[in-house]
Amino acid sequence: MNTLFKIVPIAVLIVILSAFASNNTHDDAYDVGDTIEDFSLKNVDGKQVKLSDFDAAKGFILTFTCNTCPYSVAYEDRIIALDKKYASKGYPVIAINPNNPNTRPGDSFEAMQKRAKEKGFTFPYLVDEGQKIYPKFGATKTPHNYVIQKTKKGLVIKYIGAIDDSSRNPDAVKEKYLETAVDALLAGKEVKLKKTKAIGCSIKV
Amino acid sequence: MRGTIVILSLLLATACKQKETTNPKQVASVEAKTNEQEAVDLEVYDFEGFKAFLNKEDDKTYVINFWATWCAPCVKELPYFEELNANYKDKNLEVILVSLDFPSMYDTKLKPFISAKRLKSKVIALNDPSENKWINQVDSSWSGSIPATIIYNKNERKFFERSFTYETLEQEVKHLK
Repeated sequence: MNTLFKIVPIAVLIVILSAFASNNTHDDAYDVGDTIEDFSLKNVDGKQVKLSDFDAAKGFILTFTCNTCPYSVAYEDRIIALDKKYASKGYPVIAINPNNPNTRPGDSFEAMQKRAKEKGFTFPYLVDEGQKIYPKFGATKTPHNYVIQKTKKGLVIKYIGAIDDSSRNPDAVKEKYLETAVDALLAGKEVKLKKTKAIGCSIKV
Repeated sequence: MRGTIVILSLLLATACKQKETTNPKQVASVEAKTNEQEAVDLEVYDFEGFKAFLNKEDDKTYVINFWATWCAPCVKELPYFEELNANYKDKNLEVILVSLDFPSMYDTKLKPFISAKRLKSKVIALNDPSENKWINQVDSSWSGSIPATIIYNKNERKFFERSFTYETLEQEVKHLK
């Protein structure tokens, strides 16, 4: 009985603490203006990719995306178009799939390889093995997009949010938030709209 | 003869209601029934129209759940919202399921889903492309991922960007002021 009295409060405390821990995972995540650490992730071609591999890049368009989310699928062609337009200007697209393939078999490495081939991805499509990278970025959903600029102090996040204002219908886009951000950086200007929001699929853990 | 057919089909229909089996005949009649129910009217709102559901000032508690048929964790937790709605409908609580399915899926996915799952809670569709504006108006802490849920009454409002079990959902309702 005595032991029970001791164990129960401790168990309750652990439950409460772990609840807080899981809620706070993203609180110390990167924000606009923060310098990010490089990462090394496996690409669909089996090779490891690091941001430092891109010597000529002025920055990156980083997108957390996946095979299985309709919002991600709706943006695939627009992501390909972004890479086509901006890779040559120094801002290549880097795509990372943050989903746990055990929860979402449609996001397995093989399924990613297949999708990249089908769509003719011109950019790396990386696996977030062990789901270690997306929490650092505070990504909560797919698609979740970041514009990163190479500066003297390192790789700095300049924009977080949506690609544009019409996830559901590519023909109804009025504002291209992400392109406006990259264009500003290419012109040596500050990004005006630094954060936007869009609906997306929760990242599968 | 006609009478026998009517009775037989009635029997079949009740059998189907109770349990879904793999018997091809019964599957066929389940489908026929489903098709009938697809005539269900779906209310579709833009955010201006939808706002009324977030700002009711009567004595009820409202549980507003944002979901979509393609969202696996949303579909997983739907039965808990249904259960809550059933258990609390006489206790001044209303569950409203807000579908974010794309308009192209209303007829092909959403309405058949509502029929097949026999959803009793009110289901509406929100179709407004200005997500960057309205997500913050729902709750400034919402990053935009679903499932997401608001539980509110005239005294208090809580927002959750997470999944629920029946127990955790009921607990939040009970803790509301």
